[in-house]
Amino acid sequence: MDYGLDRKSTSLKTFNTVFIIVWLLIACFPFIWTFWGSFKVRADFFSRSDWWYAISAFNTLIETGGKFTTDAYTQAWTEGEFWKASKNTIIVTVFVVSISLFLGTLGAYALSRSTERYAFWILIAALIFRAMPHITLVSGYLFPFFQLQIWGILPTTIVVLVAINQPFTLWLLYSFFKTVPKELDESALIDGCSYFQAFRHIIMPVMWPGVITAGLFSLMLAYNDFTVTALLLNQENHTMVPKIQSYLGTNQHEGNLMWAVSAVVSATAPLFMLVMFFQRQVISGLTAGAVKG
Amino acid sequence: MPNKTFFWFFLPTGLAMILFIGLPIISTGIQSFYAQHDQVVKEVKKCDPFGCTVSIVVDNEETTKLREAKPLGKFNGFGTYVDRNHLAIDEIKKFWNETESFGAFVDQVTNLPFYKALIFTLTYCLFVTPNVLLLGFIIALSLNAVARKIRGPLIFGTILPMIVTPLVGSLVLFWMIDSQGIIGANIQNLMNDPYLSLKSSKTLTWITIIIYGIWHHSPFAFVVFYAALQTVPQEPVEAAIIDGASRFQRIKHIVLPHIYPVVTFVALISLMDNFRVFEPIIGFSAEGSAQSLSWLIYDNLVNEEVILFGSAAATSMMTIVGIAILLAPVLIRTWKEFKTAR
Repeated sequence: MDYGLDRKSTSLKTFNTVFIIVWLLIACFPFIWTFWGSFKVRADFFSRSDWWYAISAFNTLIETGGKFTTDAYTQAWTEGEFWKASKNTIIVTVFVVSISLFLGTLGAYALSRSTERYAFWILIAALIFRAMPHITLVSGYLFPFFQLQIWGILPTTIVVLVAINQPFTLWLLYSFFKTVPKELDESALIDGCSYFQAFRHIIMPVMWPGVITAGLFSLMLAYNDFTVTALLLNQENHTMVPKIQSYLGTNQHEGNLMWAVSAVVSATAPLFMLVMFFQRQVISGLTAGAVKG
Repeated sequence: MPNKTFFWFFLPTGLAMILFIGLPIISTGIQSFYAQHDQVVKEVKKCDPFGCTVSIVVDNEETTKLREAKPLGKFNGFGTYVDRNHLAIDEIKKFWNETESFGAFVDQVTNLPFYKALIFTLTYCLFVTPNVLLLGFIIALSLNAVARKIRGPLIFGTILPMIVTPLVGSLVLFWMIDSQGIIGANIQNLMNDPYLSLKSSKTLTWITIIIYGIWHHSPFAFVVFYAALQTVPQEPVEAAIIDGASRFQRIKHIVLPHIYPVVTFVALISLMDNFRVFEPIIGFSAEGSAQSLSWLIYDNLVNEEVILFGSAAATSMMTIVGIAILLAPVLIRTWKEFKTAR
């Protein structure tokens, strides 16, 4: 894009560099700091006397004999039962992603190949559903779920998360399916394929980038959800995010802040790794609806 | 695609959305017209040598029976909507008649729980959305100007605040800003005020949550704007350079008009997301001075004694109305475009 026409002055370049560095500091430093602090004891990371203790590890040295300690991690994962929460998160995430993708690809394919007017209205309805705050939906679920006695268990939560996720998945996959030329499946239909066969053998093989993007977003929704999992699951079945909240403590019982810190790092690290690996897909997904649509 | 094929392809996802998004909204609507039962009371006559006294006690057995027979509660019509915790019609009338100045009246009204939450939610939307658009756009322009080779890692760093869940994001910031954290402690030193803390001031709490909102949502605006910037055609930009347009003029007259549809898209999405602000309030433990509509619903649903289904449902319905008002301009525009396209 640079043809030599657009010359930037040195001051502008410097300003630009400074701005980016400052922004990256703001964006990333909190995570680096939390990661660093998770290896200290509470008296250092939340120091009442001097914040410099978090760096010099004054109390960590006294309490554990080393500058770094993994006590918070071992305690949170064993005593705090974070292993159970992460097991639940894995179950929820795997099921939500696979079911969302299965339902979403079928529905979005139909929407992208339909020329009828109702397809347009379905997309608008999906947009309205997308705007619903999750907590208002949860207030609708709780009472019927209590009555049907399906509250508190993982399958209910999985189905709810799949449904909440559908509007976004539909929009995303719809815009991806639109980029696959119609002639491709039409020629398959002429050759005697049914719609489902054309979908299964002709369209899906070229749709993998879109499916991966949609899968990543379903994964992030299921992995990150707080509202639904905190209110629809019982203590035993809590996933990671509500578990972190329970470590914070309430007015009634004292929490364990360092457990929360180490749990935050444990929960965030896999997500960061995943996004680092799939960065291109995340960005194409975020822009698919905007730039093309 | 024939209608029949469409039906079978769309059935699973359609069913999921109707059952778990459509029906819950209806269920919320029905629940909002009911309120939890009052406790059944009975009179107990106690006699001792000095005379008889009649006392009123709660009949637990009857109360449980009633609750089991009608779990939804008693029919309350629009009662829940107008009570003190929601629209508070009676209270407002009273304040209107009793207070002397308009300022005092506004003061009284904004102390009612529903209006307090509404004002916080709207303030949050009003400050976060434009700043997100602006900051996202500036970051996109600025990253678009650096060498292509190092952009990858820079983009990764930029989108980090967006991919963590709001609860974790707000906790991570809270632990730094808290009076025992690195930033909080340094601000105390700087201001020379050992009692300065986030929790002590309502304004400070609001500002922190708004800053958090901008921090969390800007990466989304950035990503979309960045992608849109890649599609800006080069010829008009070059022509403008040759004509002597300044950098600012080029952005104003060529880049912005080109990405305008994307700007409305980002504004709409971030308005929808900001309206449901809830998790940061828990992350910053700011319940005392900042409550949003979503937080009110959550608070009713985690109530210790009885879950206040009716109250939560009424707030939910009013939140949905709020969303509808926000979306109305977009929907009307789409409808008009759709009609002219026919």
